[in-house]
Amino acid sequence: MTAAFYALAGVALVVLGLYGLSVQAHLLRKLLAVNILGSGVFLVLVSLGGQPGAAPDPVPHAMVITGIVVAVSATALGLVLMLKVAAASGRPTLDDAPKEDRCPKE
Amino acid sequence: MPEGVSLSALAALPWDAVLILLPLTGAVAAGLWPRSARPIGLLVSAGGIPILVGLGTAVAGTDGLHHAVGGWGAPLGIELRADALSLVFLATTALVGLGVALYADSYFEPTLARWFWPLWLFLLGALNALFLSADLFNLYVTLELMGLAAVALTALGGGRAALTGAMRYLLATLLGSLVYLLGVALLYHATGTLDFGLLGQRLEAGPASRTALGLMGAGLALKTALFPFHFWLPPAHASAPAPVSALLSALVVKASFYILVRLWLELFAPLAATAATGQVLGLLGMAAILWGSWQALRQPRVKLLVAYSTVAQIGYLFLAFPLLSAAGLPDAAAWRAVLWLVLAHALAKAAMFLAAGNLLRFGGHDRITDLDCVAQRLPLTVAAFALAGVSIAGLPPTGGFIGKWLLLEAALLQGRWDLVTVMLLGGLLAAGYVFKVVGHFFTPAATRHEAQRVPARMEWTALGLAVLALLLGLAPGILLPWFDSAVVMPMAGARQ
Amino acid sequence: MNPGNGILLSVLASSLLPGLVIFAIAEHRIALRTTLNLLGAVVKLVLVGWMLWGVAHGQAYELRLALLPGLDFVLRAGPLALLFVTLSSVLWLLTTLYAIGYLEGSPHRSRFFGFFSLCVTATVGVALAGNLLTFLLFYELLTLSTYPLVVHRATEAARRAGQSYLVYTLSGGVLLLAGTVWLYSLTGTLEFRATGFVQDLDASHHGALIAIFWLLIAGVGVKAALFPLHGWLPQAMVAPAPVSALLHAVAVVKAGAFGIVRIVYEVFGVEQAADLGVTLPLAGLAAFTILYGSLRALYQDDLKRRLAFSTVSQVSYIALGVAIAGPIATIGGLVHLVHQGLMKITLFFCAGNLAETLHIHRISEMDGVGRRLPWTMGAFTLAAFGMIGLPPVAGFVSKWYLGLGAMEAGQDWVVLVLAGSSLLNAAYFLPILHRAWFRAPAGDGFAAAGGRHETGWLLLWPPVITAAMSLGAGMLAFIPFSPLEWVQFIGRREFIGYE
Repeated sequence: MTAAFYALAGVALVVLGLYGLSVQAHLLRKLLAVNILGSGVFLVLVSLGGQPGAAPDPVPHAMVITGIVVAVSATALGLVLMLKVAAASGRPTLDDAPKEDRCPKE
Repeated sequence: MPEGVSLSALAALPWDAVLILLPLTGAVAAGLWPRSARPIGLLVSAGGIPILVGLGTAVAGTDGLHHAVGGWGAPLGIELRADALSLVFLATTALVGLGVALYADSYFEPTLARWFWPLWLFLLGALNALFLSADLFNLYVTLELMGLAAVALTALGGGRAALTGAMRYLLATLLGSLVYLLGVALLYHATGTLDFGLLGQRLEAGPASRTALGLMGAGLALKTALFPFHFWLPPAHASAPAPVSALLSALVVKASFYILVRLWLELFAPLAATAATGQVLGLLGMAAILWGSWQALRQPRVKLLVAYSTVAQIGYLFLAFPLLSAAGLPDAAAWRAVLWLVLAHALAKAAMFLAAGNLLRFGGHDRITDLDCVAQRLPLTVAAFALAGVSIAGLPPTGGFIGKWLLLEAALLQGRWDLVTVMLLGGLLAAGYVFKVVGHFFTPAATRHEAQRVPARMEWTALGLAVLALLLGLAPGILLPWFDSAVVMPMAGARQ
Repeated sequence: MNPGNGILLSVLASSLLPGLVIFAIAEHRIALRTTLNLLGAVVKLVLVGWMLWGVAHGQAYELRLALLPGLDFVLRAGPLALLFVTLSSVLWLLTTLYAIGYLEGSPHRSRFFGFFSLCVTATVGVALAGNLLTFLLFYELLTLSTYPLVVHRATEAARRAGQSYLVYTLSGGVLLLAGTVWLYSLTGTLEFRATGFVQDLDASHHGALIAIFWLLIAGVGVKAALFPLHGWLPQAMVAPAPVSALLHAVAVVKAGAFGIVRIVYEVFGVEQAADLGVTLPLAGLAAFTILYGSLRALYQDDLKRRLAFSTVSQVSYIALGVAIAGPIATIGGLVHLVHQGLMKITLFFCAGNLAETLHIHRISEMDGVGRRLPWTMGAFTLAAFGMIGLPPVAGFVSKWYLGLGAMEAGQDWVVLVLAGSSLLNAAYFLPILHRAWFRAPAGDGFAAAGGRHETGWLLLWPPVITAAMSLGAGMLAFIPFSPLEWVQFIGRREFIGYE
């Protein structure tokens, strides 16, 4: 029962993350949204892993730890890129680029 | 047979682990000692070929090698697997990688080369690891490693277009991987395993496996830039430095496609309930061909045109999904054609991007209508672009033609006129956008300007890759049996 | 081992290898390039002569390499293939000589001659192809290798002409590919056979066969400039004269016309095609193209454009002869493949001489050129007579057999088409001849255009030789190894039941 609750909460986080990623323009918010999405996935992974009553299954835990490491490094890369984008374009967003440098049909 | 002894000794070596560890070690070494980065990078890129030959001899005649790293097998350890299917992708990576590395050596100034070599070797290690992984979670990790290296390479040139392109790419690739991982979580819940072999035995048709397939398929389609998830690809591929664009278009998008092929052939296709998913993927593939080609045709710049061409060519790879044999299993002939196209496209597309890089270096721009008598002044680059373009358009006598012929034949035998029509139309559009550029190679520009010298090696590597794409079309019979087993073996494993 | 392997590969290599080497030769090394060009052309002629002799004495040459599972790369030198091979290798030698003279001093000749050689390689491949897949390979290669020749001048007009050339020919290629794959999926073979290879299919596939027939015919019809697929041909006139000669007489349109012969006779088989009811519409289309091309030619002032529309018209004689489907008409159509080549190449060489020597491009500027360039205009006149169909020039032989064949097959209307076309031919050629010979030169009488009489010998001899050959092919039509004799040999040996 609790497993299902956590799994549903995880799904909710995923949906929230997706929403944030598509709606927010600020890159920091987008990166946060990706992290929320990631946390949701990890929550689903852990909560669905174990069988009720059995000993905790180590495999999902190992996966989530690895996943968190990956997410941290990805976030670090994302933050650096965000700063560079902000420095180069003057604003921490993806669009609103001046016309001449904009890729056509983008 | 006298060589029997030495062959079995070769087979005993852990080629697969070497193929992963050598680039990763090289990446660290190149990062630590920037002054030696160049020889390390070139050596490791070239080393892939002999190692692959060793692995190939070991795999030949078997139905795949399994290797538990450090003696830890599934579920907790890392298990590697090499079979004909992984070899197709590994060989593509080794060939294109070597060509691009030789090119990049002349392309980058020292300040950028310092970063290029470690990142490229990191990417190479991640790609090799991905093609050798035997369980779903390792695939996720390698997918992420590859994505991060690719994003960093994209941003290498600096400049706003490259940085925003890389940022968009990062967000797309993270989203794709996480959605894939969600699917993995569901599968694990349903079966209690992540190993391909065990999954094949335990997976059953049902809502859980269908949802998992949908999630994993969507995530991987996003990373493969299948229409309509292609939005991130043109800005990233067009603004990255030329050798990086070549790597991204030729190899990186193929890696997520490889996972999709594995999942489809080994796990999902035998479940009868997935036919609808196959049809959807086929439809998206057709849309990608038409939309990507059409967009390519209207691009004003060479690199953007080549990038949209990748969007279109990825569409062809998805045309095998809706084709099923009489028994409801994947159509082996169609898949063989698709794998052939993977190799042909990788060689030709890398050549095209490298040629585009030469044009950019030469004239300082890549606006198509302002190309200035390049056919007369850069004949090798022009030959590379044109030859590669001919293969992309699927015209004989090139590798692209063979792939398209095989795919057309498979589609026709099933009476799929929609696929046939789209393929033919796509070929025509591809010829259109290729020769739109080639036509302007000959004519002078309205405003003439100073040209920069292009190092001979940059011209020759582009031409070399294009010639490989051409050679692929001259004697396909030599390689086809290998592609046959690359398709048949995973499917046979799945049915056991 | 089949004795054909070596010689068939050598025939291809004799132009392919020089072509590839020429690409790498520095621009200024004229002697080396010329030597390679001529060496390749002469070697090819010798090899072709050898094969002609062999085939005439019952020898068969075949080369088979595995390409795809179940599909081979096949080269086969039968009488029909050799007809086209001989035509293109003889004319290649002459066109090479002409091009060396014509392009003297102009830039990028290594590229030009490289693609020139590739183009002839592809043409010979089209001729020798032993199955539809091999035919398709060389047919597309021909498209690709002629494109750089069309845009050789590197002007905006050339680029546009090249673009339109590709739009037409590559679209044609796609239709050909579609038809080929479709056919293969039905029959499982693509091997050319004297009676076709589709007769085993049962009646339920007739609809598909008809569709495939038109796909294939449209595919090759683009190059053969069948109406309404002829639009690229007049535009491609911006190319240098040797290229126009090559496009019109030797390679491109002939590859298309030859493709029609192969498809009607050796893919479908003439009886099967007649049963499907596709030959009569094809004959009608060819007849319409003949009249349409002639009518359009009448209104062109640009000499090369008039010749181009004349080609549109004349090439369809070949299609017409084939589509009438009787043995004698087929003789007429096939022999016209050679005769039209000889006559049309003469006309284009002469037009090139006018442009190169006197900078004359328009018919209205041609007053009195006969006095300035008597040999050139003599050759032109002979070829024009041949086009009109006056005996004893070769064109008469073709038209005679076409007319006779049509009557024999009960298609009397064709005679009317032939008569109408001959009248139109006369109407657009005779005024040119009249201007050239009987009008006084305008103004200074070409004094400004150099005092030399005639033009350079490299430009003069090729048209004189081809004009003589067109006359010879007509007058000596019944000696051994004349085009007519050889075509009759094809008729006896291969498919048309001609006695």
